[in-house]
Amino acid sequence: MPVLESKPDVLVVGGGVAALAAAIEAARLGASVRLLDAAPRELMGGNTRHSRNFRYAHSAPTPATPDSYLEDDFRADLLRATEGLAHPVLSDLLVSESRDLPRWLADQGVALQRADDGNLPYSRRTAFFLGGGMAAVRALYDRAHALGVQVRHDAPVSALRLDGTRVRAALGGQRLMSAGAFVLANGGAHAAPDLLREHWGDAAEGFLNRGTPWGRGELLRGLLAQGAQAVGDPGLLYLVAVDARSPREDGGIVTRIRGMPLGIVVDAMGRRRHDEGADTASTRYARWGQRLAAFPGQIGWLVLDAAGLRAAPPALYPPIQAGDPLRLAQQAGIDGPKLAATLTEYNARIVQPDDPTDPSRWRTAGLEPPKSNYALPMVEPPFSAYPMRPGITFAHHGVAVDDRTRVRWRDGGYLDNGFAAGMIMAANLIPRGYVSGLAVTIGLVFGRIAGREAAAYALGGT
Amino acid sequence: MRSAAPDMGGGAEQAPGVSAGGDAAELARQLRICNICQYCNGLCAVFSAAERRPSFTEWDLDQLANLCHHCRSCLYDCQYAPPHAFAVNLPRALARQRRESYARYAWPRPLAALFGAGGPVTLALGAGVVLACVLAMLIAVPLSVLFSPQLGPGAFYRILPLPVMAGGAALSLGFALFAVGVGVWRFWSAGARASGAAPVRWSAVGRALLHLLRLDNLRGGGPGCADVDHRPSRLRRRLHHALFYGFLGTLAATIAAAGQHHLLGEQAPYPLTSAPVLLGTAGGLSMVVGCIGLLWLHRREDRTPTDPLGRGMDIALLWLLLAVSGTGLGLLVLRATPLMGLALVVHLGTVLALFLLLPYGKLVHGAYRAAALLRDASEMDAEVDAEAEVR
Ligand SMILES: Cc1cc2nc3c(=O)[nH]c(=O)nc-3n(C[C@H](O)[C@H](O)[C@H](O)COP(=O)(O)OP(=O)(O)OC[C@H]3O[C@@H](n4cnc5c(N)ncnc54)[C@H](O)[C@@H]3O)c2cc1C
Repeated sequence: MPVLESKPDVLVVGGGVAALAAAIEAARLGASVRLLDAAPRELMGGNTRHSRNFRYAHSAPTPATPDSYLEDDFRADLLRATEGLAHPVLSDLLVSESRDLPRWLADQGVALQRADDGNLPYSRRTAFFLGGGMAAVRALYDRAHALGVQVRHDAPVSALRLDGTRVRAALGGQRLMSAGAFVLANGGAHAAPDLLREHWGDAAEGFLNRGTPWGRGELLRGLLAQGAQAVGDPGLLYLVAVDARSPREDGGIVTRIRGMPLGIVVDAMGRRRHDEGADTASTRYARWGQRLAAFPGQIGWLVLDAAGLRAAPPALYPPIQAGDPLRLAQQAGIDGPKLAATLTEYNARIVQPDDPTDPSRWRTAGLEPPKSNYALPMVEPPFSAYPMRPGITFAHHGVAVDDRTRVRWRDGGYLDNGFAAGMIMAANLIPRGYVSGLAVTIGLVFGRIAGREAAAYALGGT
Repeated sequence: MRSAAPDMGGGAEQAPGVSAGGDAAELARQLRICNICQYCNGLCAVFSAAERRPSFTEWDLDQLANLCHHCRSCLYDCQYAPPHAFAVNLPRALARQRRESYARYAWPRPLAALFGAGGPVTLALGAGVVLACVLAMLIAVPLSVLFSPQLGPGAFYRILPLPVMAGGAALSLGFALFAVGVGVWRFWSAGARASGAAPVRWSAVGRALLHLLRLDNLRGGGPGCADVDHRPSRLRRRLHHALFYGFLGTLAATIAAAGQHHLLGEQAPYPLTSAPVLLGTAGGLSMVVGCIGLLWLHRREDRTPTDPLGRGMDIALLWLLLAVSGTGLGLLVLRATPLMGLALVVHLGTVLALFLLLPYGKLVHGAYRAAALLRDASEMDAEVDAEAEVR
């Protein structure tokens, strides 16, 4: 028999930036708030613990961000990245509300890194949490505690009990928890093996999850089954190339493999499949993630010669190394003669540019696929290989919401007292595509809105 | 540019998960993760200094460890802190390396064992020194003199003749400064060999001095450090200032007293409103506040980011400094009473203990930190030069 509990005004499900923003805003409005996070206290913070920066509009330089990033620029970037699919009303809300985030964060005790401290890459679009997302999560928890929010860790919510369009209770373990209003801010369903399998089949086995293991999507699944309107595509994942030797889950930011332009990328057959020199923008990480998902066995190798390795950014695991391509292939599990042939052909097709000192000018001619930049000769032993797999960051999938973050129903209705914020509804804004720092901004902006709406409902408004 | 010194924890030990290759290899493993993540590089100078290094020799690790002011924020801000499989606890690994570096460079070598002996041993040795002084005094000075009020100029010297007092202080302090000097010199030259000796400019000296005196690396990048738990606080930095500047005050008092003695021909004890007494009292009180505050912090602090042996050394030093400042203030209170003689001996005994133990205890951190800050400032200059050359 489920046990009945004392009833808070607002029950928040989740423990990342969206849940915390909602809990804080609801508590500030005078609501009694309980927050339930599936993860143990020591591993709190969801994917927010792995994040670092967020995007916001500002018309003048701030200590955290140089120059300006106007609302129109932000809106344009969002439209471009999503190929025009971002929900227009929610986009406007996101962009205009983003302006206020630095002030709000400062009020909650979250510190931002100074843009001029000499340690940050130039970014006029985003601000960086001092100490990263984990520091922000801790500060927000402190603030929530100070406001009297009851926090429970190790408290997964598995389903919602509905009464028509009203959420009656949340089921967690053997407890049935009722509340005046509910905020669903339990992140994305990026770690849901069953969902992945449905859409990717056996290939799902070849993916690694960069984020929290507590992203199983049980609540999302339940909601959709109960009649909630889905947005996005459960099969569409934001993937980046990560070291194949990384932990299956929670590897975070450091498992990425970078430096593809410095070498060649081959599959298990020793074949090149894409132009490694083509993209050098920050979107290249995601591009390689998608490509690896289509590699046989969802595995590929970045192969570098000694010169390439010297120029490559630091990596978490040491590369597999050997004196010649054949032995390298043998150790790595690549087809050896094929890899050797691929390298020979690559080296033979390099065209030396007029200005050989500029590596970006080197390219190949008559090679399929070409390497259009950085096509330097790969001849200096030892040769190195980093095995790579697609690493899941999030899925472009969630529930539809209205401009008050109420969960939308397929029949056109809404949940009266069920609000969603963060990655669980991010696909309203990013049904595809991504630009850096967007997810935290979505969590903060819609978390705050959801918290206010939930408090208003519970305290006897609408 | 770099010497052929072995890269600590290279090769297979690069793999995440706690290293089996000893403390240095474990620190190198953690720093390698930090160098990829870089989320903490706004917290203090350690992270940018680490990012400058493609690999870590033993000296690199010593340099980074001594640059670290043990702010601890980086543990609580870390997405890989235990129980995550990558098990990154950088403040503890750096603290361990720091303590081991003191021992590695210490002179004479056999006494380096004191760094691994733990705080209680240091304290016991200190107490032994004080006890020996008291015993010597009981034997050497007639009880009738020792326990009768001594007043007026030269009162102290009737208990302990000036040559003995000044000679003892000069010898013990001279030894301490020499021993610490040799250690820091060894550390500095190891750095010069390893880093291709980035030239040291006056501007770097100035910046390093400012960082040292302001404890800029104990600001956690602005909001403060994790003094007790994860919450940013400015307490430790303030208490350290109280202790350090109080210490400087007592040093100034000693210099003022020497001036009064040698230039003006006036003998101690000096009047309550004289420079030596005023400086000494203010300094001593400030030290007491700093010591008690820091000891209290040590009681309250989360020990996860600390190195147990290093923490013991910290506590031993604080008790020693508290004894020095407390007995100094006690002497001021008792100087017109029959207990003056005993108070004087106990105070000078604690000073002697402080000096003798100084090269083998936590106080060396100031000298190593100064050297590390200067090296870091010079590396930054070199980096700026290199960038200018590229352009
Ligand atoms: C390695 C990595 C780096 C990233 N870096 C950035 C970045 O720099 N900038 C950016 O904008 N985005 C980044 N992201 C994207 C990230 O997902 C978002 O930044 C954002 O933090 C998500 O916030 P959220 O609150 O919606 O979800 P999360 O932070 O993931 O929080 C979800 C919470 O819900 C809890 N939960 C899950 N299921 C349940 C349940 N059934 N019951 C109760 N609790 C549950 C989880 O334990 C967790 O606490 C990154 C993601 C990864 C993986």
